[in-house]
Amino acid sequence: MAEHRIVFEPEDRYHAFLTVCKNATYGSGTLAGIAVAVKDNISTKGIETTCASKILKGYIPPYDAHVVSLLKQSGAAIAGKTNMDEFGMGTTTENSAFGPTLNPCDPTRVPGGSSGGSAAAVAAGMVQMALGTDTGGSIRCPAAFCGIVGLKPTYGRVSRYGLIAYANSLEQIGPMAKNVADVSRLMQVIAGYDCRDTTSYDHPYTQTPDADITGLKIGIPQEYFGAGVDPKVAAVVKNAIARLEELGATTVPCSIPSMEYALAAYYVICTSEASSNLARFDGVRYGHAADTKKSWHDAFREVRRAGFGTEVRRRIMLGTFALSSGYYGKYYAKAQIARENVKKDVTRILSEVDVIAGPTMPTIAFKLGEKSDPLSMYLSDILTVPANLAGIPAISVPCGMVNQMPVGLQIMGRSFEDERVVDVAYAYEQAVKQ
Amino acid sequence: MVTEKDVEHIAGLADIGINTEELGTFTGQFNAILDYFDVLDRVQGDGVITRDLSNVMREDEVSPSLLLEDVLKNAGAHEDGFIKAPRVM
Repeated sequence: MAEHRIVFEPEDRYHAFLTVCKNATYGSGTLAGIAVAVKDNISTKGIETTCASKILKGYIPPYDAHVVSLLKQSGAAIAGKTNMDEFGMGTTTENSAFGPTLNPCDPTRVPGGSSGGSAAAVAAGMVQMALGTDTGGSIRCPAAFCGIVGLKPTYGRVSRYGLIAYANSLEQIGPMAKNVADVSRLMQVIAGYDCRDTTSYDHPYTQTPDADITGLKIGIPQEYFGAGVDPKVAAVVKNAIARLEELGATTVPCSIPSMEYALAAYYVICTSEASSNLARFDGVRYGHAADTKKSWHDAFREVRRAGFGTEVRRRIMLGTFALSSGYYGKYYAKAQIARENVKKDVTRILSEVDVIAGPTMPTIAFKLGEKSDPLSMYLSDILTVPANLAGIPAISVPCGMVNQMPVGLQIMGRSFEDERVVDVAYAYEQAVKQ
Repeated sequence: MVTEKDVEHIAGLADIGINTEELGTFTGQFNAILDYFDVLDRVQGDGVITRDLSNVMREDEVSPSLLLEDVLKNAGAHEDGFIKAPRVM
């Protein structure tokens, strides 16, 4: 394969990147020569991968994540590694150990998170496309806050091999770009079977977006327009849905009663998974080195106290508590039933309609430092976590402004119908472009 | 309601390392978050999770893997091709 180089020396005014690859190589293929930014929790051979954590500072993966191998095979140039909330734990990218990313639409505001660096890099025009990861909204939230498009694929559609995940049962890698066509092009490259991820399905994505949505039935859950959702954001999203009706779709009111406890279930499950998942960061095989002269527990505690940020330590402790003897039944077991109920609700609705639509986020982007209390930060994930709990595809597409800040329209679909949510987003995007 | 003592115990189980100043902050935050989690008490369901899942197995065959020197590159300390860990005894 002929190898070429790009010169990539962007002025990074928003701190989108943790590592910039100034002379990235590229080959031939569908993405030949296109600069693609990769979130820093996705392993890149020979390029430092930190998950925005001090505990992995200096870690250079000896192998590529499956999606990175696929990017290289398609001719893309890996332009660099983007900033994020440490290990993906956050909604603002302020939890990076290396400082926050700023929102290119208003640098006094957060870009959303946890894939805030990827969203800002795309929104600022530094790269055409980027990879993010979405555990509870981490692709869709920053896409909405920065005014770009982001897709969380169906669980199992994109290999997680080489992804440094924190909650394996919820997380997916997905594409981010300024327009739906580019999101779809990147999805074509990254989707497909990989034997190294045991949750991988053999379900390639070959779709070219189609803007014809005549006869489409859209479910509008009342919970997505109720308490906690900024009425101005709700109004913009309702206008966008009215536009879809003009294009030939019909809407059906519906309800997701399990939304009442979906967020609590999500936080119990993701912190529980994090508590066991992050036990591997012990300073022995990689990362911040442990003092081998000390006893195991002393050395382990020292490394983790110095290497993990506050939010990561908080989530590991919450998860340890939720799984501990005497509390497992009250928290983890109940959360699993709640997750099943969310899945049943969503499946029931999607047996009657083709897609579900609502706002991606309940508000516009927060001011930097505005969400200092952890619970109030968690609450802002309420509209994105249902798709992760149910494993279904969901896309966020820009649909207007409130106070000069972008608002995202979220479209959720049936499992393995990523094509359909992409089509609906494309139909809307093309209609407002004209 | 969790106490500072409970949080200290959990921090010990999680090997997370915690100091007395942090203990108060974490305890306050945990109580607010756990209060919110109480909504799970209202969850109705039979507890039977009916997911369409099956185990994924493969033959136990040797396949290409990383070179030893590449694996050791990121290790804190190693000796004779083995990674050194803190003592456990």
